[in-house]
Amino acid sequence: MSNPTDLKYTASHEWVKKEADGSITVGITDHAQELLGDMVFVEAPAAGRKLAAAEECAVVESVKAAADVYAPVAGEVTAANADLDNAPEAINNEPYAAWIFKMKPDNMADVDALMDAAAYQAHVDSEAH
Amino acid sequence: MTLKQTPLNAAHRAMGAKMVDFGGWDMPVNYGSQIDEHHQVRNDCGMFDVCHMRVVDAKGDGVRAFLRYLLANNADKITIPGKALYSAMLRPNGGVIDDLIIYFMTEQWFRIVVNAGTADKDIAWMKEQAATHAPGLTITSRDDLAMVAIQGPNARAKVWQVLPQTKAATEGLVNFQAADCGEYFVARTGYTGEDGFEVMLPKEKVEAFWYDLNKVGVKPIGLGARDTLRLEAGMNLYGQDMDETVGPLESGLAWTVDLKSERDFIGKSALLANPPSKKLVGLVLLDRGVLRGHQKVVTPHGEGEITSGTFSPTLEKSIALARVPKDVQIGDSVQVAIRDKMLAAQVVKYPFARNGKGLI
Repeated sequence: MSNPTDLKYTASHEWVKKEADGSITVGITDHAQELLGDMVFVEAPAAGRKLAAAEECAVVESVKAAADVYAPVAGEVTAANADLDNAPEAINNEPYAAWIFKMKPDNMADVDALMDAAAYQAHVDSEAH
Repeated sequence: MTLKQTPLNAAHRAMGAKMVDFGGWDMPVNYGSQIDEHHQVRNDCGMFDVCHMRVVDAKGDGVRAFLRYLLANNADKITIPGKALYSAMLRPNGGVIDDLIIYFMTEQWFRIVVNAGTADKDIAWMKEQAATHAPGLTITSRDDLAMVAIQGPNARAKVWQVLPQTKAATEGLVNFQAADCGEYFVARTGYTGEDGFEVMLPKEKVEAFWYDLNKVGVKPIGLGARDTLRLEAGMNLYGQDMDETVGPLESGLAWTVDLKSERDFIGKSALLANPPSKKLVGLVLLDRGVLRGHQKVVTPHGEGEITSGTFSPTLEKSIALARVPKDVQIGDSVQVAIRDKMLAAQVVKYPFARNGKGLI
């Protein structure tokens, strides 16, 4: 699966989508779900929680391992995806649709400064070696 | 360090395996969905590369008497040719060197299968003990043999399709019994809680055997599903559920330790002198989350620790083995520390699943 070019990416394998209302939607990349394998549990942050950039804020657990999800930028959580409570495997099936949480960034410039799809792919390739 | 490879390494890669470093071996963790592989074994059958495990042959007069002294379980329990016995091998202080399976073939030949990561120290220990107690014996590491486990309700039929020449000698095998069929040593044993065979064969034949099994519909299964299958079946994993720092009685292995007979064995006096203060129990998580090794368990009788934890695909719940104070009872409510939370779990009787069905 190629990484959608309309998204931004972090070095810790989150994808970020800019929404029209000034919020962002966050999930984990296809590469991340592929590494973790079958997802069985997701713990998303509560709405209203203030996050610093790179703060641990969610956990995704596969059969194999638990992995932290980090805030891509500083801001405030506005929603968590409750659908993942009963269907965590959606992250395996549709990693770029199965969002984990939404947040209002403190500063949209922080989002613009994240990696684009090409830079993220280069990052993934460099980690593989 | 270069990872060791089994003779099936190229086959795993050709079948799309994700490979990982497993104790220094380059092994397949899964080929696609690990949960699908798990259900495949519970409902049909699958095959596992277990060539990294080591086959050891102990031969010579007095081999039974030697094993009777070497192992915590009593070799005298197996008297029918081919019959197998699971046992711990202990240090004099009672610590578990390894868990292994012995097969009684003749009074001059027992076959032993040991874990991959412990094989070298196991063989060194066996040779050291044999030098003192049974100098006429030969202990031979069978590095010329490969091993494949075929497990699941349809496993035996699939093996007979591929190796029809072994059917007559193996269709009468009871659980935990093997037959020596010339090049193929076929044992009705496994590590999944399902019926099936473990087949030992010459290394140079194993790749063809693997592909032949695949052609008749046997799917390859990785180490990921191997772990969830064995944990559901309530089978210990050496290095996680026990090691040299704990004894068999605190590791859920009391049923394999014979302390009642007059027989002396290595570690016996230490076990008698030090009654266990802990025991191994099963846990099922009641809250949402996943139990993992090393998480702290808080019980009404003190603290314990999870030794193996995972998500059970059969039960669709998280399950674990945990070492807890000995007074903890089945049915007790306990709490498990997962990250910054204390989650509710219940102590249960294990195995959690066998023969295709959940037991909880």
